[in-house]
Formats: sequence, C-alpha cells, structure tokens
Amino acid sequence: MQKELIRLENIVKNYGETQILKGINLYINDSEFLTILGPSGCGKTTTLRVIGGFEQPTQGRVWFDGKEMTHVPPHKRQVNTVFQKYALFTHMNVFENVAFGLRLKKTPNDEVERRVNAMLDMVNLSGYGKRDATSLSGGEQQRVAIARALVNRPKVLLLDEPLGALDLKLRKEMQLELKTMQKQLGITFIYVTHDQEEALTMSDTVVVMNKGSIQQIGTPIDIYNEPKNAFVANFIGQSNIIPGVMNRDLEVTFDGHTFPCVDSGFGTETPVDVVVRPEDVQLVEEGRGQLSGIVESLIFKGVHYEMVVDTGSFHFLVQSTAAVQPGVRTDLLIAPDAIHIMKKGGAE
Amino acid sequence: MKGRLRRAESVKEDASAQSKGLGVRGRTSMLALPFSVYMVIFIAAPLLLIVLYSVCVDPPGDMSFTLEHFRRFFDFENPIYLQVLWRSFYIAVISTAICLLIGYPMAYILSRMKPTVRNILSVLFILPMWMNFLLRTYAWMSLLENTGLINTALEAMGLPAINIMYTQWAVVLGNVYNFLPFMILPIYNTLVKIDPAVVEAAQDLGASGRKVFRKIILPLSVPGVMSGISMTFMPAITTFVISKLLGGGQYTLIGDLIDKQYKVTGDWGFGSAMSVIIMVMILISMNLMPSSSKDQGGGLL
Repeated sequence: MQKELIRLENIVKNYGETQILKGINLYINDSEFLTILGPSGCGKTTTLRVIGGFEQPTQGRVWFDGKEMTHVPPHKRQVNTVFQKYALFTHMNVFENVAFGLRLKKTPNDEVERRVNAMLDMVNLSGYGKRDATSLSGGEQQRVAIARALVNRPKVLLLDEPLGALDLKLRKEMQLELKTMQKQLGITFIYVTHDQEEALTMSDTVVVMNKGSIQQIGTPIDIYNEPKNAFVANFIGQSNIIPGVMNRDLEVTFDGHTFPCVDSGFGTETPVDVVVRPEDVQLVEEGRGQLSGIVESLIFKGVHYEMVVDTGSFHFLVQSTAAVQPGVRTDLLIAPDAIHIMKKGGAE
Repeated sequence: MKGRLRRAESVKEDASAQSKGLGVRGRTSMLALPFSVYMVIFIAAPLLLIVLYSVCVDPPGDMSFTLEHFRRFFDFENPIYLQVLWRSFYIAVISTAICLLIGYPMAYILSRMKPTVRNILSVLFILPMWMNFLLRTYAWMSLLENTGLINTALEAMGLPAINIMYTQWAVVLGNVYNFLPFMILPIYNTLVKIDPAVVEAAQDLGASGRKVFRKIILPLSVPGVMSGISMTFMPAITTFVISKLLGGGQYTLIGDLIDKQYKVTGDWGFGSAMSVIIMVMILISMNLMPSSSKDQGGGLL
C-alpha cells in the first residue's frame, strides 16, 4: 500500500458563469507518475493550477500530506512547477535561473554552487551555466526549467504540457528522460498532456478528463484495454464503438451477429456499447469470419494499413499488415477477448 | 496578353538584376533618396551649422575662428552661465525623479488592470498630449496665479494661499505635468510585456509578493525605466517655454539662455556654443546609460 500524498476533495472551479471543474476527487500517491489526460479545455491545466496554488477552487479542498492546503499561496507549497512555455527568467543566466529557489531560501553559496551544477549535470547541461537563458534552444530551455524546479527537491513536480513545443524526436527523448529522472529521484510527478501516447508511455496512473470531470482513473493498460465509456475509448487511440445487446454473461449481440465474449455482470438483454480496437479485427477469407463486408478505403500508415470495412450496418475501422483493395468483399473475425463491453451512455 | 508578357519580362529583369546583386541594391538606395535629402537639409546641415557658428566670432557676419564662446561659458571666476547650467541640470533631475516616483507606481497599477480597463486608462494618460503644449502650460499659469483657481479655492475654504508661481517649484510642476506620460508609457509597455507565467514561476520557487517584485518585475522593467528617464530628462533640461511661463523669466534655465542669445541679444555664436555643450552632455549621458535602453527602448506611442 503506497502512501497518499495529495488529495483533491470535490474541487469545483467557476469562471463567472462557466464551470471549469465539476467536482474533482483524486488522490495521488507518493512517488507516483500521474498523468492528467484530456482534450484542450477539459480542465486539466486548471486542476494542476489548483494543486500548485495558482487558482483557488470555488469549492472543495486540497490536502497535502494530511494537511489542508486549499488557501496556502504558491510560494509556501512544497510543490514546483515546470511551465508550458518554460517561463525562464530572461534577465538571468542559466545558473542563476536554476539557483533562484535556493537563493530565496538563503542557501549557503557553496551549496548552491554544488546543487545547481549537479542538477545541470543531470539534465545534460553542464557547462551551460554562464549562458543567457534566451540563447538556448527549446529543448535546452525546457531542461533548464526542469532543473530549476527539481533543484529545490520538491515532493511533487507539476508539469504542464512541458514537451508541447518540442519536435517529435526530441519529445520522445525527453519523455524517456523524464521517466528516468522520476524513478531516480522518487519524486511524485503530476503531468498534464493532451497526447494520449505520451500519457500511456510515461505514467503509472492516467486520469482521463473531459468537460471538467474525471472520466476514468487507471493504469495505462487498464485505460487502453478497459475504457469505461465511449469518450475514453475514443480519446485513447481509435476504436470501433458499436451499439449492442448483452444477451447474458459472456455473450453479446452486435451488428446482427452473436459473439462470445469475456465480460459478465451486465444482466440479461441489456443494451451496451461494444468497443473493438481496430488492430483486433482480423480480415479473413469469405465464409470464415463472423461478419462480412466490403472494403471502402485503404490507407498506408507505415507500420500497418488502415481500412474501413462496411458491413451494411456499421463501418469498421481495421488495422492490418495485409492490404485488401477497396471494393473487395472480406470477412471479419473478432476474438472473444478483443471485445470490450461498456455500460450504455456515459460521456459523449 | 501583351500586358502579361511585359510583366513576365520585367520579372526576368528583376531576377537577373538580383543575380548581379548590383541593380537591386541600386534601386533600394534610390527609394531612400528623398529621406536622405530631407535628413541632410533639415537635420545634418543645421547641426553642422550650429557647430560651425559656435567657433565663429560673430556669425553670420564675422566668421573668423574663436573659442571665446566656450571660454565665456566655462568661466570659473564668474560662473554665471555654469550656474544656469547647474540649475537646469538640478531642475531636470528633480523633475525626472518626481516623474519616476509617480510614474512607476502608476504604470505598475495600470499594468495590473484588466486589458479593457487599462486600454481606456492609457488613452486617458495620452489625452492631455493631444492638446497644445503651450495651452497646457498656460492653463497651469491661470491655476497657480495668486488670484488663480487654486488660490481662490483655498481662500474660499479659509486656507492660506500658496505662492509657488514664478518659483523653481512651478517650473518643476510644469515639467512633471508635461513629461509624466513619457515616463509612464515606456514603463507600462515593458510591464505589460512581462509574461504572467514568469511571475508565477517565481512564486512557485518560493518568492513572496515583495520578492517577486524586487527580483523579477523590477529588473525586467529596467529598459522601460531607462527610456522613461531619457525621455523626460532630455526635454526637461532643454525646456525654455515652461521656465519662461511658469518661472516668469526670473528663473533662467539653459534653454532660456540659448533662446535669448538668438532672439534678444543676437549673439548667435554664444547661443550655438551653448547648444553644442548641451548636446554633448546629452550624448554623454545617453551613452552612460545601460545599453538595454538602446536596443529595447520600451517603445512609445
């Protein structure tokens, strides 16, 4: 059992008439890598700012290590933030940027020197101390921002889409580096992103948000394989979401065919949403599958082909390493464990 | 059809001119010609003329060389002119300091406001400048006079009258009033350009409100302060209208002195010499300022 570090209790945030957060309940464990994932405007950054102390919740409470922190100003919280656009101090050099927090705490000079240099080493910027903060590239500036936050040895590091401005290759590298740093230092990371791949790659726990409320909390594997509702299923990768009826445990009917499945506990004759990942639909010879359809389109995606197959009542998105030309009739086969059943409704 | 053909040809010409590198450069310098001519006639020539006059005995009549004008100015045995210079400098420094003391907090408060409110307010700050400079100063005369609006009001309330008209404080007041917007606006411009995330980052790293101001906001607004200082100090040290109207001519500043040489005594040589001295002083003080004031400037109006 891990130790709980931060708890958000029914956080509501209103801006005038609009409700940005509609009652967020969340706890975050010590040395956990937690990602808040959602589309822009879902309230993920606001949630982070509530934790950082930059926003006061309209309602609800923030707990930190068993103490209430709801109205404690940011400079008195044991939390440091890496901002979206780095927010470096342009009138200072790299060393002074990183040393800023330590200097405020009146840390002795030799210790400042030692800790800042060690931190610059860790983010691969040793020797950059004398440089102007503005003369660095985006990736380097981001590293300075990370070093500036981590040098204070916070219990929690908040990261607000820190890799958003970097190019794909650099982003991938930084993802791995961040993950390594987090493991090494054993600090809790709360990471905000709209990039589902980033969330799945780095996190211990993913919190999916939409329109101011939490849709699902779980490990990356849970979130991907067992989405709780259509929004999560759609947001985390592409999905076929087909309306169906759960006949009884382990049996579901959709698209005019009855399939064996591995889910149970939905009762009998219950309308449900069925999720099938595009890579889980197999294309087989005519007569050998459960459903039959005509290939509508074919796109080459690099690792695989992406096809849309029209079964007459549903358009299945299919990913396969083998291509089937448009206009050709093909059969579809879906294995029982590829079928994921969700309760009807949920979020859109 | 023909038109299009011709255009195509001229494009080709352009391209070949560009490849030679000469033609295009020639053409752009042609575009700058009217401005260059203007600069030479209205800026460079008068400047050179003043420098020339300053070393002539009695321009434009007697053009023989002399350094007598400068010697007269820097006469340490009878330093009347140096006293005037010192007084001008002193008044300009006080005026600039007061402008800074009022202007910085005002710019800061302004920059903290909602964008809609602060846009309206910053227009209000510029508004008086749409009125003629002389009119504004005359208005102060009728306010400050012994029988002026302020004293009438004070009298009506049974308070003692203030007699600052025709004192150095009236001149300082006129300077501050007229040049305050030039202090506020550059500072305001640098303050609103500070990224709110930078302030948040400082708070996040443990800086209280006062420390954020001292360590982040103040250093980042230095370019604006510098350009504000130079934009109020320079007109304040050279003004002659304000000192003439509000100082009543009893309080002579270097600007008045120069003005008098040209218009009253007709000693153009001495007037030119003093102009040169004050120009050199301003150039030196501008170069002494941190270089940030030159490349950023804070912008204005």
